[in-house]
Amino acid sequence: MGNSSMLVSILAAAVSSGTPILFAALGELIAESAGVMNLGVEGMMLAGAVTGFLASVRTGNLLLGVVAALLAGGLLALLHAFMCITLKVNQVVSGLALTLFGTGVSGYLGKSVIGVPLPNHFTSVPLPLLSKIPLVGQVLFNHDWLVYLSFLIVPALWYLFYRTRPGLHLRAVGESPQTADALGVNVFRIRYVSVVVGGMLAGLGGAYLSLAYAPSWIENMTAGRGWIAVALVIFAVWNPVRALAGSYLFGGVDAMGFRIQALGVRVPSFFLKMMPYVFTIVVLILITASSSKQSSRAPEALGVPYERE
Amino acid sequence: MSSSKKLLVFITVLVALAGLVRLNGQSYAAEEKFKVGWIYIGHPGDAGWTLAHDEGRKYMEKQLPWVESIYVEAVPETSDAERMMTELARKGCKIIFATSFGYMDYVQNVAKRFPDVYFEHCSGFKTADNVATYFGRIYEPRYLSGIVAGSMTKSNIIGYVGAFPIPEVVRGINAFALGVKSVNPNAKVKVVWTNTWYDPATEKEAAKAALDAGADVIAQHQDTPAPMQAAAERGKYGVSYNSPMSKFAPNAVLTGPVWNWGPYYVSRVQAAKDGTWTSGDYWGGLKDGIVDLAPYGPMVPENVKKLVETKKTEILAGKFHPFAGPIKDNKGVVRVPAGTTMTDAQLLSFDWFVENVEGTLPN
Repeated sequence: MGNSSMLVSILAAAVSSGTPILFAALGELIAESAGVMNLGVEGMMLAGAVTGFLASVRTGNLLLGVVAALLAGGLLALLHAFMCITLKVNQVVSGLALTLFGTGVSGYLGKSVIGVPLPNHFTSVPLPLLSKIPLVGQVLFNHDWLVYLSFLIVPALWYLFYRTRPGLHLRAVGESPQTADALGVNVFRIRYVSVVVGGMLAGLGGAYLSLAYAPSWIENMTAGRGWIAVALVIFAVWNPVRALAGSYLFGGVDAMGFRIQALGVRVPSFFLKMMPYVFTIVVLILITASSSKQSSRAPEALGVPYERE
Repeated sequence: MSSSKKLLVFITVLVALAGLVRLNGQSYAAEEKFKVGWIYIGHPGDAGWTLAHDEGRKYMEKQLPWVESIYVEAVPETSDAERMMTELARKGCKIIFATSFGYMDYVQNVAKRFPDVYFEHCSGFKTADNVATYFGRIYEPRYLSGIVAGSMTKSNIIGYVGAFPIPEVVRGINAFALGVKSVNPNAKVKVVWTNTWYDPATEKEAAKAALDAGADVIAQHQDTPAPMQAAAERGKYGVSYNSPMSKFAPNAVLTGPVWNWGPYYVSRVQAAKDGTWTSGDYWGGLKDGIVDLAPYGPMVPENVKKLVETKKTEILAGKFHPFAGPIKDNKGVVRVPAGTTMTDAQLLSFDWFVENVEGTLPN
C-alpha cells in the first residue's frame, strides 16, 4: 500500500473515529457557553447509544434510532438542567451523578440486545462529485450521513455563536447572567435550552457509535469518549471549530497508532495508546497560547448557578 | 441549605436505582435442589467469552436435572467479586465457578472462609484444597483456524487483532501463525494490539488498520465481533473467537476457535454431588471436547476442510502437537529444536513470536 493511500486512510479514520467525540464536545460546548457545566456527557452518550440501538433493532428504522437517541440524551440533560438551573445544585456533583445514572440505566435497558446484530446500519454514502476530488474526497466525503450532519453542525454553530443575536445572548448568559437579565434576556430559558440541546448532541454521539461506527450494543461502549469530549471543550477554549480540530486530531492519532503497528514499526502499543491524549492536549494548548488573550478564556459564569436578585 | 438537601435526595434515588439495576443481574433459584453458582465477567449475550460459559451452564442444567444454577453477571474483578461469591456461598451453593482471570485472589479469600464449598477458577494458577483451576488448550483449534486462514489469503497478509500482550494471547497468535505456515509458508501474520477485551470501536479501528496494511483475513482475540464486522465491510474474511460469530458477519467469518465448557461443568458438578471432587489444574484440549472450531462459513472449500480434519484427527490421536519443533522465533533464532515439544510451563509463559509473525511485544 502506497504512502498516499495510507495517509488517506488515516485521515478518513480520523474523521470517522473523531465524530462521536465531536458530537459530544459540541453539545458540551453549547451548555458550557451558556454557563452550565455538564459532566454527565458519558452517561448521556451511553443513554443515546442504547436507546438508539434499541429503537433501531425493534423498528428496523435507523432514523427512529437517531430520534430516540436525541430524546434520551435530551431527557437526561433536562434532569441536569432542572437540578442545576432550578434547584441550583452543584453542577459538578449533578453531572457526575448523571454519568453514574446513565451508565447504570443504559446497562439495564440494553440487557436484552447485547449481542444482537443490528438489521442495518449507517454505511458510507460517497457524495456524488465531491467524493471524486483527489485526497479530500476520500477523506471527507466518503462517510455515512451522521458524519455529514456533523459537518453541517460545526459551521452552523459557529455562525449562531458569533453572528446572530440568540448566539450573543447565549454567550452573554454564560459570561454575565446578571447583565443579560438586566437587558431582558431570559437567562433560565436560554440555559435550559442550551443544556437540553447539548444533551441531545451527546446522545447523538452515542448513537453514532452504536448505529454507525461499531454497530452493536455493549455495556459501557463509549469507553471514556464522553470524558475526552469534556476535556476537549476546555482545550478548544469553547470554540466549535477548534473542537472539531481537536476531535479529528484525537481520532487521527488514535487511528495512526494502529497503523504504525500494522506497518511493523517497533513502538510499544501502550505508548501508542497514550499518544492521542498527549498529542491533542499539547496541540490545543499551543493553539490557545498563540492566540489572543480575549478569545482564550472560560465563560465567566461557568459553573455558577444564577440567582435572580 | 435546601438545595443541598434536595441534592441528597436526588443522589439517594440514583443510588437506589443503580442498586436495582445490579440486583436484576441475578436470578434466584428455587429451594431444595443442589445449588451451583457462577460469576461472570460480562453478560451471557456478549457473543463471546461469557456467552460460552453460559451455554456451558445451560448444558449442565439440562444434563443434571437435580441442579439449580445461579449466576451473577457483569461482576468486576474487584472486591465485588468476593462479595458476590460470598453471597452465592451463603445461598447454599455447593460449588462455585469464577470465570475470569482477575477473580483469582478473591476466589482464594472466599474459599478460606467456606471450606465446605468447592471453588473452580477459570484460567488462573492458584489452587487450594477446595479450589481447582480449569482452562482449555484453545491453541489447538487456533492452529486449525490458521490452516483455514492460510489457505484463504490471497495477499499473504493476515491481520491479527490482539487483546493484551500476555502469554495466553501470544500463545494463540503463535498457534494460529504456525497453522498458517503449515499450508502457506509465504503468508505473514501482522499483529495489531488494542489493549482491550471489550471495546468494539477500538477493536474495529485496529482491524481496519490491518486491512489498510494489506490484510485480507482478520483474526481476533477480543470478545466483541467488531473486527469481523470490519472485515465484512471491506469484503474480506475473518476468523472469530469464543463463540460462533457468523451472525454478525455471515459473509466474512470463515470459522474460529470456540469454547465448549458444558461437559467439564457436568463432570465437576457431578463430582461435587458424589463427594469425589478433588482439587486440580485442568487444561483440556480438543480430545476432551472443551475447545473446538466454529462451523465453517459457506466460502470455505472442501479441500481446506479436509486439510483441517486431517490435522484435527492427528491432534486427537496425540500424533501431532502444534508446538512441536523445529520452531524459530521471528528473529530467526531456533527456540524449539527439532524432536522436542514445548512444555506446558513454556506455553504458559510464552513471550516471543514465531517466525511468520510481525508485531511488537513489551520486553
